[in-house]
Amino acid sequence: MRLTDEQRAVQEAVRAYVQAEIAPHAAEWDRTHHFPKEQLRGLADLGCWGIAVPPEWDGAGLDYSTLSVVLEEIAAGDGATSTVVSVNNCPVCSILMAFANAAQKERFLKPLARGDMLGAFCLTEPHVGSEAGGLRTTARRDGDHYVLNGVKQFVTSGKNADVAIVMAVTDPDAGKKGISAFVVPTATPGYTVARIEEKLGQHASDTAQILFEDCRVPLANRLGEEGMGLKIALSGLEGGRIGIASQSIGMARAAFAAALAYAKERVAFGKPIFEHQAVQFRLAEMATQIEAARQLVHHAAALKDAGEPCLKEAAMAKLFASEMAERVCSAAIQIHGGYGYTADFPVERIYRDVRVCQIYEGTSEVQKILIGRALA
Amino acid sequence: MAPSTFQPTSWRTPDIEEYRAQVRRFVATEVAPHQQRWAKQQHVDRELWNKAGALGMLASDVPSEYGGSDGNVAHQTVMIEELTAVGDTAFSISVHAIVQQYILKQGTEEQKRRYLPKLASGEMVGAIAMTEPGGGSDLQGVRTRAERQGDHWVLNGAKTFISNGFLADLVVVVARTGTEPGARGISLLLVETKDRPGYRVGRVLEKLGQKGQDTCELFFEDVHVPADAVLGGETGRGFYQLMTELPYERTLIAISAVAAVERAVQITADYARERMVFGKPLLEMQNTRFVLADAKTKALVARTFLDRCIEALAEGRMDSVTASMAKLWTTDLQCEVIDDCLQLFGGYGYMLEYPIAQMYADARVQRIYGGANEIMKELIARSL
Ligand SMILES: Cc1cc2nc3c(=O)[nH]c(=O)nc-3n(C[C@H](O)[C@H](O)[C@H](O)COP(=O)(O)OP(=O)(O)OC[C@H]3O[C@@H](n4cnc5c(N)ncnc54)[C@H](O)[C@@H]3O)c2cc1C
Ligand SMILES: Cc1cc2nc3c(=O)[nH]c(=O)nc-3n(C[C@H](O)[C@H](O)[C@H](O)COP(=O)(O)OP(=O)(O)OC[C@H]3O[C@@H](n4cnc5c(N)ncnc54)[C@H](O)[C@@H]3O)c2cc1C
Repeated sequence: MRLTDEQRAVQEAVRAYVQAEIAPHAAEWDRTHHFPKEQLRGLADLGCWGIAVPPEWDGAGLDYSTLSVVLEEIAAGDGATSTVVSVNNCPVCSILMAFANAAQKERFLKPLARGDMLGAFCLTEPHVGSEAGGLRTTARRDGDHYVLNGVKQFVTSGKNADVAIVMAVTDPDAGKKGISAFVVPTATPGYTVARIEEKLGQHASDTAQILFEDCRVPLANRLGEEGMGLKIALSGLEGGRIGIASQSIGMARAAFAAALAYAKERVAFGKPIFEHQAVQFRLAEMATQIEAARQLVHHAAALKDAGEPCLKEAAMAKLFASEMAERVCSAAIQIHGGYGYTADFPVERIYRDVRVCQIYEGTSEVQKILIGRALA
Repeated sequence: MAPSTFQPTSWRTPDIEEYRAQVRRFVATEVAPHQQRWAKQQHVDRELWNKAGALGMLASDVPSEYGGSDGNVAHQTVMIEELTAVGDTAFSISVHAIVQQYILKQGTEEQKRRYLPKLASGEMVGAIAMTEPGGGSDLQGVRTRAERQGDHWVLNGAKTFISNGFLADLVVVVARTGTEPGARGISLLLVETKDRPGYRVGRVLEKLGQKGQDTCELFFEDVHVPADAVLGGETGRGFYQLMTELPYERTLIAISAVAAVERAVQITADYARERMVFGKPLLEMQNTRFVLADAKTKALVARTFLDRCIEALAEGRMDSVTASMAKLWTTDLQCEVIDDCLQLFGGYGYMLEYPIAQMYADARVQRIYGGANEIMKELIARSL
């Protein structure tokens, strides 16, 4: 596929910002676990926080194809930053777009799309991740409030977010149909950050365990009807998968670019290592894989933009792109030799950052389950 | 896991297993409790070397006349396996062991008497400095140079990625001692680092994994070393000496790789048995069963090959091509299996608190050091 002129313009603007303001600091943020507030603001000002949100809700009014382009650019600068932005777009904004009422949109979607509020998504629990239906967090109705109790695991931006979409069980007897979705401002009493995880990578993005202890949420903060929670949660995942796939491509691209430049400079046995066939073939393969993944993701995004079903395609794109990215980043380390293993070169960090793309927003195995179902 | 009656090993004698029990106790008390602290300070405690030395664990395959324990590579294997079993990558006894092999096999009698007992006791920590900022694969391209001045060598140059670099008391330095091009001008110099003007240890490098291992840059600026510091006493033999001992180093890397594969399969099977997904243990999903079946099969294939390598090394008939194959294949396998295993941990696999995440970070360099795997293929290909 070819980018439209508009998409190309967005790409150029985001790339310029990311390469000037984000990429040069990514290593430092990784080392110090710094959350890049200022640069996230900069990205918000470029419209990156609510890319597919229409202008009437203060979004950029663009489509998923452009979202893919934008997330690739951000991830090419820093994987952790791209995760924060990705979650804010999908599932947070996309869920509100689809299921929030006008008042909720006014109160939450607008500031989220503008970048005045940061969003988090609380689905996973300590005992259950892949099986979204097996939640234990409860929301008990008490007058015109719900009272939330439970533990949520691995919540991206759990500490830095202003508002979280939380999935909780309202009717324990109704199984998958007993789950509801709530918008919870993180300042609500009873919303506690229990721990921040020490991760392999993506240190600039906080991943938190959140404790809900008698956390009282007004009725007005419920999304849709009671029992619609699982449907709501899963609705956000298609776009989310396009997002993670795009991030994977961005990280792979950055590692590839670093490896290519290094291979042309580094001399071994009297010539640039690029001239050794094994190195050149490896780079050729990396370039091919990145391009194949990109086309697959853009195809899924194009289907989504056209309003056609794309569950299978989004799953395929996420599966292929995230696995491709790990291979490419590993190859980029190998091309750097010993230097690739040190924090002095970006490929070391990117390799750590990219591994989670095969895990979050549905593991590779879950993508295969979805693709398998589509084939059944 | 059900025990296997397939017993491919001849080196695992009762004697060796007795030694293993001793090593395991040592590792449990002296290594495992300190790992996080070492990772933070980027090196093990210096006393660890003395403690291991006092128990005869640092020179198990060195003759007792030089302070060793008269064992063989099987004893080194046990040490590596037990360290790997607790996920340790900080205590680089392998590099230390290789230094001893250089001296034992290639050194003069005087060098053996002077250094081996101190390396055995832990009074000295050994390191090997081959790689330079400008190149690691192409060893013939070394630029570090030693000029003869009277009864001294004057050493100038820079080395990088030197394991044990921060704590090293004795560094085997690859340097040019002659003007001959290529391999012929290269010698190995035994450089004592204490009170050695001009010798400087650079920073401990920040790495993807193996954080407790002190991998350093080393700088030599007009460093004077005595004339008899040339390993074996004769100049120009350095490249030959390296080529002779690299099979030992590469086999040790393969030993740690296979031990890591076995550990990964074990801890992942344990996790998958406990973790429930969609109402049943993760281990009951066919994908999980097949991934782990595959990994376990490869682990045994690797183990079988490796055991033959250990036997060959113990009997002094390990060849360079086979050692290259062992290093290449087992380290590629290590990264592949650990990656597959990490995936089965889901989100927890990405958390450093889970050993599999640490193993993933630690593993990646195994395909790079000890000769990058591309160089292994070069060496193997030359035998075609
Ligand atoms: C850095 C990071 C950020 C995250 N951010 C968020 C967030 O913002 N919000 C949120 O809600 N969650 C988040 N997650 C959680 C993430 O989505 C889950 O980790 C993921 O869905 C997997 O769930 P789990 O960890 O419980 O693994 P499990 O579900 O326990 O899976 C373990 C293994 O079993 C496999 N498996 C599961 N079911 C099957 C099956 N039926 N057949 C075969 N294999 C199967 C899985 O693929 C995996 O390999 C984040 C995770 C990480 C690591
Ligand atoms: C943690 C760590 C510990 C280490 N410990 C030690 C130590 O104790 N002592 C020591 O001396 N060194 C040590 N090293 C260095 C290590 O041995 C070198 O990094 C390694 O030999 C590769 O050299 P290089 O980094 O210079 O890569 P380069 O030689 O620059 O190679 C870069 C890339 O090009 C490839 N390449 C090179 N030549 C060819 C060719 N002809 N054909 C195809 N591909 C080619 C390589 O395979 C690699 O992928 C260590 C390194 C690390 C990271």
